Amino acid sequence: MSMNHQGRPTSAGELTPSMLPKTFTGNRALDMEEPLIFEVGSFETVGVDLDVPEDVELELGKHARSKPVDLPGLAEPEAMRHYVRLSRNNYAIDSGLYPLGSCTMKHNPRLNEKMARLPGFGDIHPLQPLSTVPGAIELIDELAHWLMTMTGTSAVAMSPKAGAHGELCGMMAIKAAHKAAGRDPKIVLVPESAHGTNPATAALLGYKVVSIDAKEDGTVDFDALKDTIAAHEGNIAGIMLTNPNTCGLFERDIMEIAEAIHAADAYFYCDGANFNAIVGKARPGDLGVDAMHINLHKTFSTPHGGGGPGSGPVVLSDRLAAFAPLPFIRKGKDGIELIETEAQTQDNEQPFGRMTAFHGQMGMYVRALSYMMSHGSDGLKQASEDAVLNANYVRVGLQDLMSLPFGERPCMHEVLFDDSFLKDTGVTTLDFAKAMIDEGYHPMTMYFPLVVHGAMLIEPTESESRASLDLFTATMRDLVMSAQRGDVERFAGAPYLSPRRRLNETLAARKPVLKWTAPDPASVSPASS
Amino acid sequence: MTVYYSKDHEWISVEGDVATVGITSYAQEQLGDVVYVELPDAGKTVAQGDEAAVVESVKAASEVYAPLDGEIVEANEALADAPAQVNEDPEGAAWFVKIKLSNTDQLSELMDEAAYKAFVETL
Repeated sequence: MSMNHQGRPTSAGELTPSMLPKTFTGNRALDMEEPLIFEVGSFETVGVDLDVPEDVELELGKHARSKPVDLPGLAEPEAMRHYVRLSRNNYAIDSGLYPLGSCTMKHNPRLNEKMARLPGFGDIHPLQPLSTVPGAIELIDELAHWLMTMTGTSAVAMSPKAGAHGELCGMMAIKAAHKAAGRDPKIVLVPESAHGTNPATAALLGYKVVSIDAKEDGTVDFDALKDTIAAHEGNIAGIMLTNPNTCGLFERDIMEIAEAIHAADAYFYCDGANFNAIVGKARPGDLGVDAMHINLHKTFSTPHGGGGPGSGPVVLSDRLAAFAPLPFIRKGKDGIELIETEAQTQDNEQPFGRMTAFHGQMGMYVRALSYMMSHGSDGLKQASEDAVLNANYVRVGLQDLMSLPFGERPCMHEVLFDDSFLKDTGVTTLDFAKAMIDEGYHPMTMYFPLVVHGAMLIEPTESESRASLDLFTATMRDLVMSAQRGDVERFAGAPYLSPRRRLNETLAARKPVLKWTAPDPASVSPASS
Repeated sequence: MTVYYSKDHEWISVEGDVATVGITSYAQEQLGDVVYVELPDAGKTVAQGDEAAVVESVKAASEVYAPLDGEIVEANEALADAPAQVNEDPEGAAWFVKIKLSNTDQLSELMDEAAYKAFVETL
């Protein structure tokens, strides 16, 4: 045999982690130490070959720019590399399990992307004449039909741009309904496990927020709710309730709550953030809900979390349907009409105003409808069932080692642990989450909801396979056992292996650096000063 | 000088009819690193339970409630520039406000140190 005469070794030498080489570039193989784009590009250059414009007379007068805008000039490959390198440091649903509770980080099917890029949907402009976009309008109407069917409601405001915007829309409809009835109640009830946006929405509309305590089992204390309603008789505008709630538990008293709220001349706003648990299983309209936003970007798989805009249509019950904001679609004898102004409204339509300049997030509508139609009603129902099954699979896989604040009862689409299993280990929920990063997982939601100590809220979604869940629970079990064995080091300094180590939150808050500034202004050439 | 404590984790040190108010060591520990303190203007009248100041930490923003009725006579402006003092010396240099009490009877609703310690134990 005559091979490898070049002295090329075929196995690696021994190298301990402490001997990892310091590199000249700061890069660590594929983990690039990428500067900001302002540091990569130069203000003096342009990356594309543009003709020098002929002499033109400026008509901008005193509005003409006096200084260059200082945009970095990069050639296409440089710009491409910059963003590709940055993207390698990003954790995404396409790179791994993303158990961020309350956020429903499910897979975004690529079919949706293909549909959203069809020219008739992707290349249209909101100011185009209506006659040129009947298909797009019909799609919005078709999506509205699916949303109303799924929720058992009679109207939907499509335009809100995300969850909190949807909440605002729903609560504005409620305010308008009270006003139309000559009432002016001042109080909105919010359970203590609510998303922070609920009280914020109520406060923004000038309501006083009264908090409702939770029972030992993590759900709303219905007796406390009845007492509060009685104590503020005639002054309650509505309740804002999430179901399933942020503890991942179904509010079993929901119909009694709805009845009590309606008996008090108030309205029931349901935060639809957790709709993914009940699609196809229960219709909010049947439960007495008057308004609910639907996060298309969560429940119906449009990209979110830095990956794309949200969309939060709001379904409305009969009692609120008349107050839906402009614009809306009306189906009449002449086909589909787009109602854009108050002048176009009929007697039974009393829009409270308008939430957005145009019609909402068209791209999200296409993706959501594509998701719905490709799943079908049976598929949507199964997705909910699988989401709940997966969360319970994780719960059962971890409940003997971690601590469930409300006992070993089934959860819905997400499972909530508290930090009592870490008691006396010297490891906090934050440390635990950071150690998950070293293991290649995006951490779960932590310290929310506020009703339990050191909360860890895990939502695996229906997208994960059993193998993926098994690896996740095995990793979590390894971490828990490590903490309980006293291996504090694994947690205290974590993450050790990420491109950046743990951030100094205190310094960031006390001395925030909000803007990049050129390191040395003197180095900027006269041409740009 | 007598020191009282409230269930909202404030300490109230009373001399004559002026109460110096701050947050307890337990409170600062729960809040974590304090990054911002908002104080009321002197001369403001407050009723028991009114929001008297705001303290913001890396973890949370919380209101500091007036534990007693009265008038704010002085606020500890130094905290605005050095919020870290709340963590370093919560029951000393990092007092928040001085209130001239209008109803000293309300003091009887507050806890003494032993009662507050026992209260914290229950949390």
